[in-house]
Amino acid sequence: MTARMDKRFADVAAEGRPVLVTYFMGGDPDFETSVSIMKALPKAGADVIELGMPFSDPMADGPAIQLAGQRSLKGGQTLAKTLEIARRFREEDQRTPIVLMGYYNPIYIYGVDRFLTDALAAGIDGLIVVDLPPEMDDELCVPALEKGINFIRLATPTTDDRRLPKVLENTSGFVYYVSMNGITGSALPDPSLIAGAVGRIKAHTNLPVCVGFGVKTAEHARAIGASADGVVVGTAIVNQIASSLTEEGKATDATVPGVEALVRGLSAGVRSARLAAAE
Amino acid sequence: MNQAPKLNSYRGGPDEDGRFGIFGGRFVAETLMPLILDLQDEWNKAKDDPAFKAELAHLGAHYIGRPSPLYFAERLTAELGGAKIYFKREELNHTGSHKINNCIGQILLAKRMGKTRIIAETGAGQHGVASATVAARFGLPCVVYMGATDVERQAPNVFRMKLLGAEVKPVTAGSGTLKDAMNEALRDWVTNVDSTYYLIGTAAGPHPYPEMVRDFQAVIGQEAKEQMLAAEGRLPDLVVAAVGGGSNAIGIFHPFLDDESVKIVGVEAGGKGIEGDEHCASITAGSPGVLHGNRTYLLQDGDGQIKEGHSISAGLDYPGIGPEHAWLNDVGRVEYVPIMDHEALEAFQTLTRLEGIIPALEPSHALAEVIKRAPKMGKDEIILMNLSGRGDKDIFTVGKILGMGQ
Repeated sequence: MTARMDKRFADVAAEGRPVLVTYFMGGDPDFETSVSIMKALPKAGADVIELGMPFSDPMADGPAIQLAGQRSLKGGQTLAKTLEIARRFREEDQRTPIVLMGYYNPIYIYGVDRFLTDALAAGIDGLIVVDLPPEMDDELCVPALEKGINFIRLATPTTDDRRLPKVLENTSGFVYYVSMNGITGSALPDPSLIAGAVGRIKAHTNLPVCVGFGVKTAEHARAIGASADGVVVGTAIVNQIASSLTEEGKATDATVPGVEALVRGLSAGVRSARLAAAE
Repeated sequence: MNQAPKLNSYRGGPDEDGRFGIFGGRFVAETLMPLILDLQDEWNKAKDDPAFKAELAHLGAHYIGRPSPLYFAERLTAELGGAKIYFKREELNHTGSHKINNCIGQILLAKRMGKTRIIAETGAGQHGVASATVAARFGLPCVVYMGATDVERQAPNVFRMKLLGAEVKPVTAGSGTLKDAMNEALRDWVTNVDSTYYLIGTAAGPHPYPEMVRDFQAVIGQEAKEQMLAAEGRLPDLVVAAVGGGSNAIGIFHPFLDDESVKIVGVEAGGKGIEGDEHCASITAGSPGVLHGNRTYLLQDGDGQIKEGHSISAGLDYPGIGPEHAWLNDVGRVEYVPIMDHEALEAFQTLTRLEGIIPALEPSHALAEVIKRAPKMGKDEIILMNLSGRGDKDIFTVGKILGMGQ
């Protein structure tokens, strides 16, 4: 759909390595620090950015991302401000795809048409909305596709072959394979199981398949990247941010550099993934 | 389980996507979708299966104690000097509230689906106790998520659940009430989707829960209708019930929805007043949004973040309402009104002293509305109220506020 997303996946594939997708929560711990974190991500090796939209009731998230959302909301973050973070990022980076990730209610209250118009203007390339399964496609997925914004769907271990075509039908950009039944931040399952699942999805689609949930270290990224087109890292980055904050939850001089160092390591992991697989 | 609805009926919903007008639906993570579709299939088969209906009826009669009595509140009626007041005595059910009606139905479904573990959320603890009870009866392990605030204020029910063998997990996220317990139950379900059945306690959540819970609770209204015809030879003029998520209310309302002569009122928790944030009046003071699998009226801010709400009654302390109520409000069939904490507290004491019945704080809200309306109605008119739970669990909360006891 958006040229930026397709080009990035094609370019990285040409390098013979998987894409590194990095998630962080918009507004965590505050608006300005968030803008700095986002700008630092591609410089440290992130290929695609997932920008989290905080929600008061994140039903599919573990404690780390729940707390990040609470910090962000406490700091006065809103959906309008999250779009503003993306717009600020786009002033200096026109090539890195941005995917907004969160829950439907803030978008519904903002107004779907207004949201899509403003998201396009802010340079958004895709959406992941956790509580909108294919059965609810008329709400946001179809209008987003009409406007030229990717709608990226989660496939899970419970998405069997019978259901997979329905899940993939209106999916674009890439497929996000959630490596286990569970919430964000759980333990990583066996990479060989993941390789099997990725193969199963690829039998149904030509879209790139990125794998997330449980990827914490460069070693994980390397192992997953051996079979997947991309690796998604979220909770590890959110935890890195949390560990750098003061007791009152304020950013420190270590906040942005800490994220940079972590992402640089993850990036080295994905860059060695296929070499390792070829050995 | 219901009689066939008439054309232009208020009883025909939801549609096949689980919608009541714009409300309802299935707003859940993909991990849960296959299971929700399985549940819907199983429910569609079960509700027309004579063996399932027979087992439900048998357990209703011999385990729950159905039918619950319809009681004419003679002294309360005389005191108020207006309409005749009848109570549907759901507080006399096994476990002390209407919640058991739904739990028995759902655990039979869980068994049919081969599930080996039950999870539930609870606010006041009535649904937690009912879930722990049926889990014990059917020999399944049970985990109950309960907000930490509610664990404090509903200590007797926490103890009951533990005695029944359930594991009670206090939830500290957010304000530690029903909404947060539901989030945590959903997280558990997403993680243990293969083994686990989520026994939702109210007529809300993703389709098919709102329909299914309503149908299990509609026995309240069906019995009350027959009992009222036997006692008075006619239908009531007014039906009143308290609404949190709204399962006791939809249970008594639903069989009366197509009876045009019957006025229906749902009572929301007005807390400390609906002008501020300390209430749970989702319809009176909220707006449509999406939470916990359905679109409905919610208490939320301008950014779509859900507010915490407040009620003296833990069972009404939820910032949303079942989607069928949201629709019944919008089409104008049911009127929803708020009752403040102090009014419910007064009604609680009135009933205790005049009728020797200690009601739960939840139906005390409905009673406060009855106390307002009865004197303005004629002596030949009839009010039916759902006395949905008994108040033993609330006596310490009430005692503390009134400065009594110890």
